[in-house]
Amino acid sequence: MLYRGRVSIGPRPGNVFDIPFTSVSSFVLLMSSLTMVLAVSAAQKRDDRGTTLWLTVTALLGATFVGGQVYEFTAMYNEGLGFTTSLFGSSFFTLTGFHGVHVTVGIIMLMSLVGIIKRSDIPGDKAEVVELIGLYWHFVDVIWIIIFTLVYLIPA
Amino acid sequence: MTVATETHSEHDHSHDDHAEHGMSNAGYIRVAIILAAMTALEVSTYYVDFGAFFLPVLLTLMCLKFFIVVSYFMHLKFDNKLFSFCFYAGLFLAVMVYCIALATFKFFAA
Repeated sequence: MLYRGRVSIGPRPGNVFDIPFTSVSSFVLLMSSLTMVLAVSAAQKRDDRGTTLWLTVTALLGATFVGGQVYEFTAMYNEGLGFTTSLFGSSFFTLTGFHGVHVTVGIIMLMSLVGIIKRSDIPGDKAEVVELIGLYWHFVDVIWIIIFTLVYLIPA
Repeated sequence: MTVATETHSEHDHSHDDHAEHGMSNAGYIRVAIILAAMTALEVSTYYVDFGAFFLPVLLTLMCLKFFIVVSYFMHLKFDNKLFSFCFYAGLFLAVMVYCIALATFKFFAA
């Protein structure tokens, strides 16, 4: 927001953004929030099979999103927008890159939880553990809701 | 034996309470459909000229989606009101700090 209108060199947002592609990525991440809450619901019903199924689907959707981000970053780099190209490039890649890292960490946590549930190694309330991981995942989704609007849709 | 049974019953009761915490799966799916529709409306602003309503529509939709995810998916609506107070107080503080930072760099200056 601070740097809006200060791009003097390098590609502009409107030149590099592929809004239809990013919209699909956003939809994928949104649906992963649904599958996450279904996993929490299954955990509350003590349905281990349902919990691991929905956790795995959530992780797969998250991985799809990250894959889309990697493709997007590669395409932008090929179009001349690098990390050090301009102020826009630095801030964009920092912001979305950090978000992507958070999603990746979330995927690792989800798959770890699937493994732990399969080995029945969770002490205490299983549903609570799944819900805590779910809160992190929804936080990641909520941040993307803000990024998608402020960074992609408004400048484009 | 009786004490253990009673303790087990209380434990089951607390699990039942926890199981009822939140919505049904059908309810979550309905919320997801609403969020998807709002996302579609947001994306439509890229293709359709909303004129002066472009920014207000986008920002309103962003805020609505934010609150829907926080309230229903993160269960804030179904939790103790103290959690809601803590969350919104922190959010308000964060937004204020952000606005002060923007004002420091004369973002709101004409």
